[in-house]
Amino acid sequence: MDMTADIVAVLPEGILVIGAVACLMLGSWTPRSRQARVRATAAATTVVMLAFAVAGLVREPTTAFSGTVAIDELTGVLRLVVGGSLLVLLLLAGGEVRGHPRESELAVLLLLGGAGVLLLGAATDTAVLVVAFLLASIPLYGMVGLSTDPRAPEAAMKTYLIGALCGILMLLGASVLYGLAGTTAYAGLDALASAPAAGAAAGVALLAVGLMFKAGAVPAHFWVPDATQGTWITTASFLTTVPKLGAVLAVVRLLQALPPDRVWVLLVAAVAAVTMTVGNLAALTQHDVRRLLAWSTISQVGYLLAIAAAVPGSDLALPTLVLFLAGYAATNLGAFAVLATDPGRTEIDDWRGVGRRRPGVVAALAVLLLGLVGTPPTAVFVAKALTLTATWEAGLAWLAVLVAANTVLSLAYYLRWLTACLRRPDVPRTGEDRASTQATRVAVVCAAVAIGLGIGAAPVLGLVG
Amino acid sequence: MLSVLVFLPLVVAGLLLVLPASAAWARWVFVVTTLVEVVLAAVLWADYRSPGPESLAFDQQVDWIPDIGVSYHVGLDGLSLPLVVMTTVVFAACAVFALRDQHRPRTQAALFLALETTCLGLFAAADLVLFFVFFDLSIVGMYLSLHGWGHGERRRSALLFFLYTFLGSLALLLGFVGLYVASDPHTFDMVALAADPPLQGSGTAGALVLAAVLLGLAVKTPTVPFHTWLPPAHTDAPAIGSAVLAAVLLKMGTYGFVRIGMPMLPEAWRAWAVPLIVIGLLSIFWGALVALVQSNFKRMVAYTSVNHMGYVVLAVGAAGVVGGSSAEDRSTAVSGAVTQMVSHGLLTGALFLLAGVMWTRRESYHLAGYGGLARHAPGFAVLLVVAALGSFGLPGLSGFVAELQIFAGSIPVVPAVATGLLGILLMTAVLLRAVQQVLTGPVGALSEAFADVRPHEWLPVAVLLALSIGLGLAPQPFLDVVGPAADTVAELVAR
Repeated sequence: MDMTADIVAVLPEGILVIGAVACLMLGSWTPRSRQARVRATAAATTVVMLAFAVAGLVREPTTAFSGTVAIDELTGVLRLVVGGSLLVLLLLAGGEVRGHPRESELAVLLLLGGAGVLLLGAATDTAVLVVAFLLASIPLYGMVGLSTDPRAPEAAMKTYLIGALCGILMLLGASVLYGLAGTTAYAGLDALASAPAAGAAAGVALLAVGLMFKAGAVPAHFWVPDATQGTWITTASFLTTVPKLGAVLAVVRLLQALPPDRVWVLLVAAVAAVTMTVGNLAALTQHDVRRLLAWSTISQVGYLLAIAAAVPGSDLALPTLVLFLAGYAATNLGAFAVLATDPGRTEIDDWRGVGRRRPGVVAALAVLLLGLVGTPPTAVFVAKALTLTATWEAGLAWLAVLVAANTVLSLAYYLRWLTACLRRPDVPRTGEDRASTQATRVAVVCAAVAIGLGIGAAPVLGLVG
Repeated sequence: MLSVLVFLPLVVAGLLLVLPASAAWARWVFVVTTLVEVVLAAVLWADYRSPGPESLAFDQQVDWIPDIGVSYHVGLDGLSLPLVVMTTVVFAACAVFALRDQHRPRTQAALFLALETTCLGLFAAADLVLFFVFFDLSIVGMYLSLHGWGHGERRRSALLFFLYTFLGSLALLLGFVGLYVASDPHTFDMVALAADPPLQGSGTAGALVLAAVLLGLAVKTPTVPFHTWLPPAHTDAPAIGSAVLAAVLLKMGTYGFVRIGMPMLPEAWRAWAVPLIVIGLLSIFWGALVALVQSNFKRMVAYTSVNHMGYVVLAVGAAGVVGGSSAEDRSTAVSGAVTQMVSHGLLTGALFLLAGVMWTRRESYHLAGYGGLARHAPGFAVLLVVAALGSFGLPGLSGFVAELQIFAGSIPVVPAVATGLLGILLMTAVLLRAVQQVLTGPVGALSEAFADVRPHEWLPVAVLLALSIGLGLAPQPFLDVVGPAADTVAELVAR
């Protein structure tokens, strides 16, 4: 395949990178008071990227750059979801960082991070996967550190150290696999069937550690709550939503490429089981809503990995994954948008009485939190029902039971927050009640999308398979 | 038409929330909408012709997620139609009863209308996923009602209710997924699953799937030992919340037995028949005995529900004992179960509304505190006595018809269930004792200057009781509707 075709195939990713560079330059020439134009440019870039992503979706699936990047329906859907998420995040950033000295940098890092995540989800070559990991991670470290919150430096340092360690392990895994299979291409990983089992297992496990960092899954999840709490809400929404999407797709692609052996499935299933359980148990005891949501996203990625584990065993798994990714992105971003309506309310108790003052915000929050639980008719409900079906079909009935049990567990902490909103406040909050209308709108739209995706699940499921 | 019946309340609820309606308006919109629903349900009843096996009347199907055989599929038969009608009547009674409610009436009206949609939708659903959607949303609606309009330890009770019933609903979902995975071709359609039940001859797998379904339904019903959420939820719920919870929401569990468990997993059902009978008997006795020692009127009524639902479980269990029983007996037991669901809906709805009258006057349910109430509130006394008589199964009221059928159908199959008759005796003691404590004897502190029932209070209760008497005196038109469907279920479970 010639170079031009390759570049056309990855045009959406390219647009994001070029847009990021353009925004960087534009930002450095724009006075601080008018940096909003940088965000506008970033948003325009994302819209163009989305247009090309749609155009790419209708074309035949292909690969680019000697088969190292897959341009198929999964990549296409990832582009749409990431693009949509970036737009939401740029809107949210408007309320939060307007006039901040690092306003344009945040927009740049969002675009770059998005491009890295897209590459992560599309890579079909271990070397490209490692590059994508770095491209997706480095903007993240910077992004976490941009905030002026006193906790931000620590959060950034923790994210960076865990990320760097996971990156090194991932690189080690990629080297081991190269040594055993003689190639970095996923197409050549079949050779692992004849390689020493322990070596292959070590290679895959080490490679997976990097992906678990991006997914925010056990065992590389420690940074998520600290980073979520210690940085801007926009950044927190990004890091708990977007990287997970690419990482889970990367796990699926790896699982499909490995020689068909039940052990890989069980490995992913085990990680999924532990991740969802740890996330839910830890969320139960949180008082800070940001940490609560952070642990909730850890548990959610457990459900996503459960579908990934079902991919080799069930035809239903891939469509389910697509729906879950889209539904999760809308629901989780919406929940963070609710936080952004009034960033001062960090403790659960701070939310007492909000139901009476801002019924719209709390109605959206109710839809979103119950959506995260998986209450009908939201997207995550349909996705979760399908997850149970797919894992059961794939011979992982125990995992289906565990997903259901975890869902009940999660209910307790989502309800804790929700009921706080419905309660009467002990002391009426003094002063003006300043809720960001921008964030409120974003939250309401996200809630509407979450319900819309649930009722209109059929076309989304039809995108793949 | 059926879809209009199901979704009209939801649409009105949405309008109530969006448009700036005053409190008075909201209350009347609530009443009018629920009355329209009653009329719609009556029209459906008048139009209804028994659809025969493997089909539904007013059948309507639209694809939802065709890839996995999920559709918006609704329809009615002799099992669901009586419950749909009962639901509309109970909601209308509640709307009238709430005409004087002062606490955020607009939101309450919207919430209950939305709840009515989930209840009607559940009974009309002919697709497992759709059934589950309504099942789950009813939990959310009732939770909000408890949390927002309850009293006492309402928050704790609401949370307990939500966690408990949600756990049950997920077990149910697992069971549904099991049915889907085992069906060939894969489907969630209830008509198709009943026509060609999966997991036949699969032994353990079928038993496990049914266990998940039964667990989910047993929590909602509730049967002993999954009933612990019920007394606190009832005690702390608002009057109309309790009425809807007991009259309608509990039926979702028992309805699931006859709609899903028996026809879709017949072999496993037969295997589970004896445990079900035992659980039914346990619920009958446990509910009655615990009710006997209550000093709180509303808690007592809540425990009578455990007892009454026990009869239903007993009947559906006995209907699963196929060896040595005639199809006729099994059909009688199933028909009795359905009659009991409707009868209990009417009578317990009335009892809980009467409890609401006590609460609005005195904010107390303390039985001994209200002595000699008959002197101050004769109207209240008459209603309470009739509701109590119906509730322990006096001939001439609906409860008698139901219990007669249940025992007439069950005893020939399993003679040991005759011991359950003792439950009726106990229940008589429970209710007579309560009536005695409240209405007779020296005038208690709470009875002093107790204002008698007002029109908006006695009218809905009287209508519910009148329907119960109507059903008790002339059950035949009702049984003509239930009968063919019960025959079908009795046949299906014997496959």
